[in-house]
Amino acid sequence: MTQIPLERKVLNENDRIAGELRTRFAHHGILCLNLVSSPGAGKTSLLERTLGAFARTQRVAVLTGDIQTDNDAVRLARFGFPVRQITTGGTCHLDARMIEKAIADWNLSDLDVLLIENVGNLVCPSSYDLGEAAKIVVLSVTEGEDKPLKYPAMFFRSELLILNKIDLLPYVPFSIVTARENAQKVHPGMEIIEVSCSTGEGLPKWQAWLENKIASSAKTMAAT
Amino acid sequence: MHEFAIASSVLDAVRTEAQLRPGMRVSKIGVRIGDLAGLDPDALSFCFEALTKETDLESVALEIERKPRRQRCSRCANEFVVVNYETSCPECGEILTIFLGGDELELAYLELEDV
Repeated sequence: MTQIPLERKVLNENDRIAGELRTRFAHHGILCLNLVSSPGAGKTSLLERTLGAFARTQRVAVLTGDIQTDNDAVRLARFGFPVRQITTGGTCHLDARMIEKAIADWNLSDLDVLLIENVGNLVCPSSYDLGEAAKIVVLSVTEGEDKPLKYPAMFFRSELLILNKIDLLPYVPFSIVTARENAQKVHPGMEIIEVSCSTGEGLPKWQAWLENKIASSAKTMAAT
Repeated sequence: MHEFAIASSVLDAVRTEAQLRPGMRVSKIGVRIGDLAGLDPDALSFCFEALTKETDLESVALEIERKPRRQRCSRCANEFVVVNYETSCPECGEILTIFLGGDELELAYLELEDV
């Protein structure tokens, strides 16, 4: 019997493609963000608000993933930016190859921002690098404040937590303080922004975070 | 539930490695899974069995090694295993600690036998 060490990642093929995508995005100065959450937390609503706030001259595109239907792409297309639906047909997450295929005929030099809306799922998308600059996890106050503890991988790997639906706080037993503490336990130093995509409360803070990211990715390109 | 996809990736790796070593048969594969990998070991074993059943890899055993989350204190450099999500240093109480590991999803080793 012979034992040979392998010492490599299980998903090294996905990570290889993600690495290539990341290099291409950096080369074109594109900020790529990967939005993750459980189903119904408000990823599409956040994107609607985000696209609605962009000037029409901004060079933004969206990829939106779902197991079935192109409902989200239809919702997002009305803002006039390029939107492409990725229908996984059963797969519970997006992987790097799906992104590579979806953008194959896009001219990346026409883009500054690529927003990816992952399949609604707090588990599986955490394992798949899509070449993004950052993952952003959306958690709504109608879910439990212990979500960060139950799904630590997702909260650990996300740079920013958007706490959505804060307009509903008077009606649900959700403690913002506990949710924040739980997120900090899993991911010390995690950035957290509270918003309501219904009323618009808190969204300027999110937009400022985004503008800051866009500016720094453009600066990185200028430096290379 | 992406354990099927992960199990498929593990099997792809087994097949690739087996092809490189003619005259040998893979008997076991070792996989390392961190607590922060977002993967259920039981589900992975189940999927692995389902995918290998009645194939040439049916007799391959899967060994899963769990890795806990580990942190290092930024003040006293103490290295510790995180229990119950408590990332503060158990020695000096410092809140700021640095992530060392615990998100592994790795192929650790292969065991081969002569055919």
